[in-house]
Amino acid sequence: MADLSRTAAIVGVAESDEIGTVPNKSSLQHHMEAAHNALEDAGLSKSDVDGLFTAGYSTYATGDYLGIAPRFTDSTTVGGSSFIIHIAHAMAAINAGWCEVALITHGQAGRSNRAPQPPDPSLPTLQYEIPYGFIGQPINYAMAATRYMHRYGEDRTRQALAEIAVSTRKWALMNPKAAMKDPMSFDDYHNSRWIAWPFHLFDCCLVTDAGAAVVVTSAERARSTKKPPVWVLGASESHDHLGISTMPDLTSTVSRHTGPAALSMAGLTHADIDLAMIYDSFTYTVLITLEGLGFCGPGEGPDFVAGQRTAPGGDFPMNTSGGGLSYTHPGMYGIFLVVEAVRQLRGEGGDRQTPDCGIALVNGTGGALSSTGTVILARD
Amino acid sequence: MTQQGYGKPLPTPQPESDFYWEKAKEHELWLRACDDCSQSYFYPRDICPVCFSRNTTWVQASGRGTLHTFAIVHRAPTPAFRDDAPFVVAIVDLEEGPRMPTNLVDVEPDPSAIHVGMAVEVVFDDVTEEITLPKFRPAG
Repeated sequence: MADLSRTAAIVGVAESDEIGTVPNKSSLQHHMEAAHNALEDAGLSKSDVDGLFTAGYSTYATGDYLGIAPRFTDSTTVGGSSFIIHIAHAMAAINAGWCEVALITHGQAGRSNRAPQPPDPSLPTLQYEIPYGFIGQPINYAMAATRYMHRYGEDRTRQALAEIAVSTRKWALMNPKAAMKDPMSFDDYHNSRWIAWPFHLFDCCLVTDAGAAVVVTSAERARSTKKPPVWVLGASESHDHLGISTMPDLTSTVSRHTGPAALSMAGLTHADIDLAMIYDSFTYTVLITLEGLGFCGPGEGPDFVAGQRTAPGGDFPMNTSGGGLSYTHPGMYGIFLVVEAVRQLRGEGGDRQTPDCGIALVNGTGGALSSTGTVILARD
Repeated sequence: MTQQGYGKPLPTPQPESDFYWEKAKEHELWLRACDDCSQSYFYPRDICPVCFSRNTTWVQASGRGTLHTFAIVHRAPTPAFRDDAPFVVAIVDLEEGPRMPTNLVDVEPDPSAIHVGMAVEVVFDDVTEEITLPKFRPAG
């Protein structure tokens, strides 16, 4: 495989104008605002864009709405990890000469959407899972967490989920754009109502309205953009099932492949990572993703996150935006992981800036723990 | 529950699964199995997802299995499930090997009453005139 490490850079990131509860905007409006803001962040204009990427919608729709006729188009949709995976696809396309300025957009009025898309009834999940009430990811992920508790111990798993929820909220309190504004104690976590046992309310991500966009370009072009480039050192993607009932092992995502592969491409090890941005659709997603990525072994996640190690001031900064649990999560969240990683690597983290942030690992999970994409990013 | 009153989502049988749903209506659970690699699998499809063989056939399952995992749904995912909550969603390891999604019924929706690995057996819920859903209960 060609060595593409450091051949492309992220040069622009942004959210849509307002995120959280935004009742008066459609999903495509969030796409448009985020695209506008990210191109401004990069110092580029719409006419520079020749590669268009999105998930959920087809790029047919976003291209039409934004007024862009790309020469490279990619609507890879594998859940919330898609936008991480688009970075790798953009890097490949740029190196192949198929485009030079890649615009990845996302917009989702997750709370306020007036016209949700009905799912395709021919899908196996519609036939075999949905009739039993396997509807919505809290229920699917809860079943996976039960299996983990069975294998590795209920009490220590519960404590780990609480550690993740509480530490993530602490970061959110330092992010003015975060939806959640109140502190969360361990008691608050344990006393929050059941959504689907073993998940409390505070094991589950938010449902917000939000958009974001990321601009990726060639090494050469990145030298002349407005802000210092953030380099893509490594990337990897995979998926191994659709619905939760066909997941081979409910305690292990394909992060076990994408993490090591992305690190290998970057020529780095876990010890080199200054910031981990790990998709937190649920507390449990973080627990098994840390294990899959290889930060610790299977079943060792509860020890790894113990003692608020991932909170502000801890020695393993993680999900510094406040995550899907406490910052924003419109349905598919992966692109927001990239936005925060780039801000931290540029030193734009404000009150929540982590010290000496040189290298970040970003891992997105999509579907019913179905897909993951990992990228390794580094400051200039 | 009458057919008119059944508001929850129903499966739309597909060409490769008509037989599965027909047999469910007769209160039988059938699986697709591969004559070449000897594995049975769920959900049904014509070509074996393990070895890609076309030499596959239908076999009747015993209806016995063990509980692979479960969750107790307190917040109904849609209004149609409100009367059911709390209810138990489950994945069952069938005796023949495949794993299938289902509901665990005839059991207290309480984590102290349900444990991973418990023996379960199939029961058939005729939810409409056209559709019967295989569900599972603790084995007697």
